[in-house]
Amino acid sequence: MLFTSYSFFGFLALLFLAYYLLPRRMQWPLLLGASCLFYYLAGPVYLLYILTTAATVYLAGLLMGGNLERQSAYLKAHKADLSKEEKRAYKDGQKRIRFRWFLLCLLLNLGILAVVKYANFFIANVNGVLSAFGGGELSFLSLALPLGISFYTFQAVGYLIDVYRGTVPAERNFFRFALFVSFFPQLIQGPISRYGDLSQTLYQEHPFDPKALSRGLQRMLWGYFKKLVIADRILAAVSTITGGPEEYRGAYIFVGMLFYTLELYADFTGGIDITIGVAQALGITVQENFHRPYFSKSLKEYWRRWHVSMCAWFRDYVFYPVSVSPWMRRFTKFSKEHLGEQAGRRLPVYISSFLVWLATGIWHGANWNFIVWGLANYVVLMLSEELEPAYARFHKRFPAAGGSFAYRLFQVGRTFLLVCCLNLFDCYRSLSETFGAILSMFTVPNWHILWDGSLLELGLSGLDYGILAAGTAVLLGVSLLQRRGSVRERIACRPYPVRFAVWYGLFLAVLLMGAYGIGYDASQFIYNQF
Amino acid sequence: MKKTWVKTGLSAVIVLSSLFLLQRLLTPKYVDDVVEGAFVAEYYQEEKDHDVIFIGDCEVYENFSPVALWQDYGLNTYIRGSAEQYIWQSYYLLEDTLRYETPQAVVFNIQSLQFDESQREAYNRMTLEGMEWSPVKVKAILASMKPSEHFLDYVFPLLRYHSRWSELSAADVQYMFSTKQVSHNGYYMRVDVRPAENVPAGKPLADYSFGENAWKYLEKMTALCKEKGIQLILIKAPSLYPYWYPEWDRQVQNYAEEQGLPYLNFLELQEETGIDYATDTYDGGLHMNLSGAEKLSAYFGRYLREEIGLPDRRGEAGLDARWAEKAAAYEAEKLAQYEYYGIEKEN
Repeated sequence: MLFTSYSFFGFLALLFLAYYLLPRRMQWPLLLGASCLFYYLAGPVYLLYILTTAATVYLAGLLMGGNLERQSAYLKAHKADLSKEEKRAYKDGQKRIRFRWFLLCLLLNLGILAVVKYANFFIANVNGVLSAFGGGELSFLSLALPLGISFYTFQAVGYLIDVYRGTVPAERNFFRFALFVSFFPQLIQGPISRYGDLSQTLYQEHPFDPKALSRGLQRMLWGYFKKLVIADRILAAVSTITGGPEEYRGAYIFVGMLFYTLELYADFTGGIDITIGVAQALGITVQENFHRPYFSKSLKEYWRRWHVSMCAWFRDYVFYPVSVSPWMRRFTKFSKEHLGEQAGRRLPVYISSFLVWLATGIWHGANWNFIVWGLANYVVLMLSEELEPAYARFHKRFPAAGGSFAYRLFQVGRTFLLVCCLNLFDCYRSLSETFGAILSMFTVPNWHILWDGSLLELGLSGLDYGILAAGTAVLLGVSLLQRRGSVRERIACRPYPVRFAVWYGLFLAVLLMGAYGIGYDASQFIYNQF
Repeated sequence: MKKTWVKTGLSAVIVLSSLFLLQRLLTPKYVDDVVEGAFVAEYYQEEKDHDVIFIGDCEVYENFSPVALWQDYGLNTYIRGSAEQYIWQSYYLLEDTLRYETPQAVVFNIQSLQFDESQREAYNRMTLEGMEWSPVKVKAILASMKPSEHFLDYVFPLLRYHSRWSELSAADVQYMFSTKQVSHNGYYMRVDVRPAENVPAGKPLADYSFGENAWKYLEKMTALCKEKGIQLILIKAPSLYPYWYPEWDRQVQNYAEEQGLPYLNFLELQEETGIDYATDTYDGGLHMNLSGAEKLSAYFGRYLREEIGLPDRRGEAGLDARWAEKAAAYEAEKLAQYEYYGIEKEN
């Protein structure tokens, strides 16, 4: 059930009615039922996958939580009997038990993700090697990729790690935990919520609040505007360009790169707006996933503002644990002794970052393009880090230039173009196509296509370009206004006729200018299959 | 509190009325260019006491002239035809018709038996949009929808035609709340001539059997007519293309024999009808022009009178007046088309 389907609207309408009409204690069980139904409709078999993840992580959490409680009780009961060494030995023993449960569950769930998402990628690469040596060929597995598996697996694994660390208590009620894993609005494309955050409002009783409902619906409407008016409309041109790497080269790549970056933003942030809006209408708070990322002045800043929940996940559950692991501490010490203080400080960070970006690339898809995309981000970030002293010297020498609006604009433009270039790895099916496309931007001199009417042959009419230009202007305008706080809140302070005109105007824009229905190849949300 | 209710009420009025107006504006009017989408709706403006109802695709609405049938035989007929009307649509149009009247005979063109499922959304639209809302229309929509279509798009055509604002014409504004007659009791007139030349032969098919769904609706149609005491007449219009395979014809013949239904294949009655494919078609043999339609009507009217025993109703005061008006419109369009196509007529 796509967010853009009629059935989703019907599903939501019924859910909202039942949610606020039934006794409040029934609200979260109702959400669990709705989430299961939502997932079942996507594919009955998929339900089995998500239930397996929910059950195993719940069980492991329960065992670890129980172990922690027993440990506390034992230590309390034997406070006077045990020496410090005995207490430490007992704790270490218990931790090993918890670690076994943790590791088993982690491997099981990451294993499921690896098999359904990456097995065929692995087989394809093995076949490539085998064919080079004249060997046989392994058969591909016919496994369907469950909807949003990367999102819910990471969300569940995040909980598992938190319980193992003792930062959140284990959830005792399986059904409550199953709702945390399967909460339908964020099932398709995140955000990857933390148990500690989402559980605060997910299980609460929510009285009917017209204000929250209307704010949620407004947020959804804004999401639909981004998705239907911009993302799905520009999709035709992006598909044409990236679908014909032999035909569309040079300046077309430049255009496609810009278009794809716009599409990705409108599609992904639009989807997240819908997710947050649905949750808000239900009285539930889901964390923001974007903070106007295209206004970032560096790639590092961009990754603090784009897909925030994923970046935070990798930071908290990969980067920090690797950075402070015993072997990394030993390596840091070794580096400092043999390579000097500077290198000794940097190398562990670089190694941890490398692992994070490798994992980020793999998480995005079973394709070498994504892996190289992740590593390309890593290289740029590390280079920026290395060039930091040079920048500092420049700013010291030209303090006025560094702080000027023009320079900040340059930084934003530079970062945007960099992100656009990196996104090219996401557009093409293979590395050779991607590098060929990038190279052609500099070797094929066909910039005349920008004004000779060629752009009208990409599946978009002049009118489509007009709508896209207007839509992008609205997007940009709203982003600029957001610097001074919530735009919705500011609209809410206006007189009723103004509010009505704004929201009804937006509704009509989606209704009349949205790329939906027969005649449009309405795409699924780009992040659906991650 | 009162103020809130006023605000809400006013907003609701603005929203509903603007959406209603938008829907009226954006829905295709079928009054110029592609007029075929208007045929089905025109039926509801009629006095409903017809002796014969034709149902089927373009092979009925372009090949028979109800005015000629009236003028020559006193037969009060109506064609409920539409472009590429699928057999399930024909069946439901018959059911729909029976909500208003029970004719003595129903003439069904069996060309559509070749389709077992809807082929194009555009054809579904041209048939279904004109139907008045009733349980029959709901069933017709559900039977016709392709997988890519949504029922809700039929309930709220604005959802389907939301992007038509970029191609609006003056007619869309002019006919927002009114319409104009584009057919003559369902007959679509064309007076121009394009002889049938080099008509391609049919390509061999892997399987000539009609599909289960098509048979199901023919059987339903037969049963419904029997139940209502209506004489069902199966015909194959004399269109040379799309090709009508002998294998198909045999299946229809066998069915007609089994059910005791008359079946007239006009492709085999060229001598009797006097159809001349050099002068009686306007598109190289696909459809009859006015001359062809009047020749066919002359033959078929006689058949309906003599073989089926339908009465000559000329002389009924109400009917005479009604048909006089229709005949005047018919003649006026003839003249207009002769002028448009630059054709000189001797009478």
